[in-house]
Amino acid sequence: MAAKGKSDKSPAMQAALYPLDWMEERSGLIGGIKYFLFRNVPRDSSWGHTLGSATLTAFLVQLGTGVILAMYYKPDPNSAYESVQRINNDVTLGWLVRGMHRWGASVFIILIFFHMARVFLFGAYKYPRELNWIVGVLLLPLALLEGFSGYLLPYDQTAYWATVVGININGTAPFLGPYLASFLRGGAEIGPETLSRFYSLHMLLLPGAIIGLIGLHLYLVVRLGVSSPPWSKEAAGRERVEPPPARGSGLVKPAPRGVTRRPD
Amino acid sequence: MEPQQGQGKPHLPPPSLWPIGFAIGVVCILVGLVVNWPAAAVGVVLTVVFGFLWVRDVTADSRRRDAGTEPAGAGPESATGVAPPVPASEGETAMAPPEPGERYPRSVFLEGATIGLGAVIAGIVTVPIVGFSIAPIFQHTHHDEVDLGPITNFKEGEFVISTFLLDPSEGEITRRTAYIRNNGFILDKPSFTVLSNRCAHLGCPVQPNGPMFDKLKVEEKTKAGQVTLTPTLPAGGFGCPCHGGQYDQEGNRTAGPPVRALDRYEFYIRDGRLALGKTYSVAEVIGAGASARIKKYRLAGPGQHVDGPEQWFYPLQPPS
Repeated sequence: MAAKGKSDKSPAMQAALYPLDWMEERSGLIGGIKYFLFRNVPRDSSWGHTLGSATLTAFLVQLGTGVILAMYYKPDPNSAYESVQRINNDVTLGWLVRGMHRWGASVFIILIFFHMARVFLFGAYKYPRELNWIVGVLLLPLALLEGFSGYLLPYDQTAYWATVVGININGTAPFLGPYLASFLRGGAEIGPETLSRFYSLHMLLLPGAIIGLIGLHLYLVVRLGVSSPPWSKEAAGRERVEPPPARGSGLVKPAPRGVTRRPD
Repeated sequence: MEPQQGQGKPHLPPPSLWPIGFAIGVVCILVGLVVNWPAAAVGVVLTVVFGFLWVRDVTADSRRRDAGTEPAGAGPESATGVAPPVPASEGETAMAPPEPGERYPRSVFLEGATIGLGAVIAGIVTVPIVGFSIAPIFQHTHHDEVDLGPITNFKEGEFVISTFLLDPSEGEITRRTAYIRNNGFILDKPSFTVLSNRCAHLGCPVQPNGPMFDKLKVEEKTKAGQVTLTPTLPAGGFGCPCHGGQYDQEGNRTAGPPVRALDRYEFYIRDGRLALGKTYSVAEVIGAGASARIKKYRLAGPGQHVDGPEQWFYPLQPPS
């Protein structure tokens, strides 16, 4: 594969590409990345289709800024508030990084909902993409939990009382609610344990789960391809087949669908 | 060629209106749980009936195929589901047939042993991790009695905003507030009303509806850390700033979302000093002051009913 391309390239180009060829020959990674990035998408895919990658970008921003904030933040009730003030006021560009993390969190959640609305309104959750919708449904509460656990960390009055109320709302769930609240608090009362617990959830468990599920989400996107918008006159890279003849369910009879074919 | 990735016929479930009835049933259950029980029963019936019809509708296809009316090999499902799988000894990825009697049993044993040992190791590792993170739920949190200083600091018939450290070793984060009123003596024993400031709705701090006399604040250094006593005149009872719950001076709910009265602290008199013990929940207080009858329950979280049918939603409480 690599040898075929070499013949028509200048020696300088060959030398430049040699590391890539070396990598490709041993790992296949270059081909894999190309396969991932240069997939066929429907010709009439719209700006709405970019909401998923926008959400991913927002998440990556949260990851990056979060890692940096964790270098300065102290998850201890007596110093958490001061450490956040220090990030805001003393650390070089700390206000910017914290602002990105803080506002980016809202952007992340808002984009998730836009992305979800796009998928819903385009009917992109239908066969064969149902599983990807389910993965998204799992990702949504994880993202909301990230917001909930992150809200406590500045440890000011708003953070504290909002978390008290939030945990107690969980506590009113029937049967296991009191135990759930106790688990979140790390005991019967909000205390030092609660802060470190939320910190750990916020920066280890939840992001880990989200990263794993995003991986699965993307795998399914690559495997199944991007869906055409509902107004599409073209099939998405493959023949559109006629749906099976309607079986009378006794209630609704679907209108026969116009079968479109790719121009040959 | 085996159809792949939806190149075969789309596996569309037949359109059905039954889910709508199912959803209405679920809504009925949820609304009924809050509003009235017969509505919930109707909801259960609707849910079961429409759920059954829905499942029947959705599975009509596969049941028909099981009955053998659909020609074999017509769809992708039949290739993966109903038709027998391609044997390992056939096709492109053919495997050499296992040597009977010699290699096969041992590989089964090794496979089982690997999976089994892996499971055992995973279990051994998981148990302490899960236990470590869940244990706090089941542990009692003991704190000593909170010493609030001599009872002469509490004027009879007046409320005092009292703040104290529940556990001085944990520091300021355990600072709690109670509204304390000296009710005078009943049968030669001092009587106090000690209301927790934790709202019975979702745990925000309730505030006295009336003036606070900061200039009359008394600070007392006891073994429960710095104790502050600020006289107040909660003429309008107590109110919660978060969602508007209102309570009278006995802690009974008068308006808003709280589900019960304010929690109270047990109190003791130790050598003429007021000491607070555990917190308990209160459904309702009948009467007032020293002669009040308090419907006392085990401490429950804010927003949880301690009496009425809703209490059955919270049959077990973690130790507190």
